[in-house]
Amino acid sequence: MRRQVILIILLTTCIVVTICITNMGKVGVMTPFTYGEIWMETRRHLQMVLIAEFAVILIGVPLGILVTRQGFRKLATPIVGVANAGQSIPSMAIVAIMVPILGMGFKKVLFIELSVSAIVALSIWGLMPILRNSYAAINNINPAIVEAARGMGMTRGQIARKIELPLALPVIMTGVRVSTVVVVGTATLAALIAAGGLGRIILAGVFSGVPLITLQGAAPTAALAITLGFVLERIESWMTPRGLKVKAGIS
Amino acid sequence: MIRLDNVTKVYPDGTEAVREVSLEVDEGELCVLLGPSGCGKTTTMKMINRLIPITGGAIYIDGVDNTMMDENELRRNIGYAIQEIGLFPHMTVRQNIETVPALKGWPKDKRNKRAEELLELVGMDSAEFIDKYPSELSGGQRQRVGVARSLGADPPILLMDEPFGAIDPITRVRLQDEFLKIQREIKKTIMFVTHDIYEAIKMGDKIALMNMGRLVQYDTPANLLYRPRNEFVEDFVGTDRALKGLQLIKVKEVMTGSPPTVGPDEKAETARVRMEREEIDWMAVVNDKGEFLGWIERMEPGKGEIVRQVMKSSTVAATIDAVLNEALSVMLSSRLNIVAVVDSRNRLQGTLSFDAIQNTLAEVTQREKPE
Repeated sequence: MRRQVILIILLTTCIVVTICITNMGKVGVMTPFTYGEIWMETRRHLQMVLIAEFAVILIGVPLGILVTRQGFRKLATPIVGVANAGQSIPSMAIVAIMVPILGMGFKKVLFIELSVSAIVALSIWGLMPILRNSYAAINNINPAIVEAARGMGMTRGQIARKIELPLALPVIMTGVRVSTVVVVGTATLAALIAAGGLGRIILAGVFSGVPLITLQGAAPTAALAITLGFVLERIESWMTPRGLKVKAGIS
Repeated sequence: MIRLDNVTKVYPDGTEAVREVSLEVDEGELCVLLGPSGCGKTTTMKMINRLIPITGGAIYIDGVDNTMMDENELRRNIGYAIQEIGLFPHMTVRQNIETVPALKGWPKDKRNKRAEELLELVGMDSAEFIDKYPSELSGGQRQRVGVARSLGADPPILLMDEPFGAIDPITRVRLQDEFLKIQREIKKTIMFVTHDIYEAIKMGDKIALMNMGRLVQYDTPANLLYRPRNEFVEDFVGTDRALKGLQLIKVKEVMTGSPPTVGPDEKAETARVRMEREEIDWMAVVNDKGEFLGWIERMEPGKGEIVRQVMKSSTVAATIDAVLNEALSVMLSSRLNIVAVVDSRNRLQGTLSFDAIQNTLAEVTQREKPE
């Protein structure tokens, strides 16, 4: 409860700061960005994050689960290791490396204009929390529970569906949440390779030496991270089986 | 019926977990697999429902080689109980108990009814507990649910892997007693793994003592105690085997029936005269319902008017169905040489003396000793 109050205060502050700066006529040598521009960059930002997250979930969750399966366990250490390494590379470096490989700016993919470089970079950066959590979620299920299920005659598929997945889902969702929040922040770097997003406003402020403009980009970024974090936390809680939430009443 | 025929388990790295174990558990019998940790007892048990694949020999269930059956079908027909942590935490008590019936495709009505019956069987109120989650139960209650779950589809055979392991000693004894009572009704063929020799003696019709993957002795608890086959058995049983043997004898087998009694409202003088005449030192005081109230000792004349005024009230008593070491512990903790024996409604049934325990024990050890 208390945490929620703090979150709401933070969120309100971010929004109020953004509104105040946007409504100023002139800030130092610059005119602040308009609501229209902020809205557009927020949308681009969100688009980047969501597409990257979607890709990461699609790759990370199955991969994380796969390496807990019999016959694939030997792959666990190298794969989790690579994902760890992916995150230990500075985010800026990942973004920069993508440019010579995938190019700057936007490309039309299907029917949307996307910065492929930015999305791939963000996916690499966001993969680790999801991969690691998916792996740990399955791996940390008490082996006695799985063995009991086996001993009672559940097939492999039934164990995966009825036992492992429901027990692992909350932990996997924590990974998704952590990854999303981290990626929202990292996505500001996409502006460096002309991929737009709220980072563009931040950079404009940095290069012209007007801190308030930087803040005009940073505050909505923070608001976005807080909101997404909150929404995902609700989903996480909704996905947690009731039996794992209720605590001993009698003992 | 379960028959193990030269059962062997060798792991790919060459470790011999189980070596040529042969034994037979008759229908309705409870066989305890006992031994120090790492002796292969759990491995042996898990080969029965094929959680661990066998590498040599064969296991027959009702005469059929278990590797000939579909492994999931086999497991659904063998109850499996492990420590309380084996319950599914995200499922209610009902869903847990209905696991195997659901796998077998029982209709919902039948499943629900069965779950409620089983919960009552293990001594839990089904209305109160059936929709609770494991995390809302105490350790003892979880173990009860675990036992109920293993009986889900009424399998003829049960495998129990230290089912009362992780639990405080008092609750544990109660669960053991209750389970024995249930077993007398349901008569399942049971393989029960434990490392606790007291539990083994108490629960087992037969005990299979294992060491380093081999079956050392397969025998009744009494024979294991008094006719150890070799030094290992002797050591494992321990030097206090006499004390452990007390587990095997019930109070009612040793007690002396109907002691002299007197009512609480009779005249004290009458009681005194009677004790003098019959040359006895004490009488038990019981009310008209036969309930045990205390003792009266031989006293000087003229002391008190009625028995109630001169008696020593006592609630210390051993129950008639208890085993001797429980009665002995009552006697030791109350410093009595003689203890009253009562039934479950506190009605006096007889007395148990220290001497009687000693004599019985001497007799048993004599009789059971190898020539």
